[in-house]
Amino acid sequence: MNIPHIPITMRAGAAMLLALCLASTASASPLKTDNTKSTIGATFKQLNVPVDAKFKKFAAQIDYDAAKPDASKASVDIDITSFDLGDPEYNQEILKKEWFNAAQFPKASFVSTGMKAGAAGSLSVSGKLTIKGKTIDVSFPLNIKKDGNSTVFDGSLPIKRLVFNIGDGEWRDTATVADDVVIKFHVVATP
Amino acid sequence: MLRYTKTAMLLHWLIALLIICAFTLGLTMVSIPGLSPTKLKYFSWHKWLGCTVFGLACLRLLWRLWHPAPPYPPTMGKLQQLAANMLHGLMYFLIFAVPLSGYFFSLSAGIPVVYLGIIPLPVFIDPNPEWKPILKLAHHTLNWILLGGFSLHVLAALKHQFIDRDNIFKRMLP
Repeated sequence: MNIPHIPITMRAGAAMLLALCLASTASASPLKTDNTKSTIGATFKQLNVPVDAKFKKFAAQIDYDAAKPDASKASVDIDITSFDLGDPEYNQEILKKEWFNAAQFPKASFVSTGMKAGAAGSLSVSGKLTIKGKTIDVSFPLNIKKDGNSTVFDGSLPIKRLVFNIGDGEWRDTATVADDVVIKFHVVATP
Repeated sequence: MLRYTKTAMLLHWLIALLIICAFTLGLTMVSIPGLSPTKLKYFSWHKWLGCTVFGLACLRLLWRLWHPAPPYPPTMGKLQQLAANMLHGLMYFLIFAVPLSGYFFSLSAGIPVVYLGIIPLPVFIDPNPEWKPILKLAHHTLNWILLGGFSLHVLAALKHQFIDRDNIFKRMLP
């Protein structure tokens, strides 16, 4: 029996095609978030004083392909109990019922529902933001830049804390703590 | 008996009043447990008072440089004059040091001061968890020294008025 003869060029072509397929599946899998370099924080004003706080524990899943930005996906899970105002006593207070009610709602999350490529290196992201058990539709611009092997995602999302009942009761007074809160994130991810 | 200038008197009494308010408010606010809107307001007011004291202290020092204090009566011995000058020197140091230590304590805690809720004041240092307890201790300690100095100052004034009857207290009364 004769083994069918395949010209060497064709074999090389098939190998390349296979490699390409593998490469494209690899890039479609989520990026690995580097949590030592990534930060998620919130900035708000109390009696007009800007205060920066951060979430120390979160998990971000980003599925991003520079060639197909519109097909990107992102989801972020934030551990509410890791909220850090820079003072251990205040960090405990903020977990109480009138603030985050962390006992009942230990996680905040964001799940993207759509992406649209914008101006150079930016994506317009739409998605669902859930905090304290309440989900709303949000959209915000996301800046993307390559830094060596990693990709850096930067953005900020302004929200109103009272929409989520964060700071209920006597804290509803926005003269003390402003309604406007900006969630800022900086996520560094590698393939 | 020569008196202080009207400006010096105004600054002296105004600073005294503001320090008493800031000190009382400071003790009150730290005794409120947890977090409440009232507590946040008290903290801000306390800082505004402290910044006002610091500003007035700057004016007072400048004024004092061009307008020397009236002389002590000859009935006061050299040692007594030295003691009075030292205590006044300490009080001058504290009307700067107490607000400054509080200001930097606040900055180290990551809370800048927005004067009267309107004017953001300069941020000289980044939030610093290592310096925070040190500056807190410094602010507290300086305040207890201020309370000690204040008590001696008041007792001395009362002694001059009611025991020595040398009218020295009148130097600071309009």
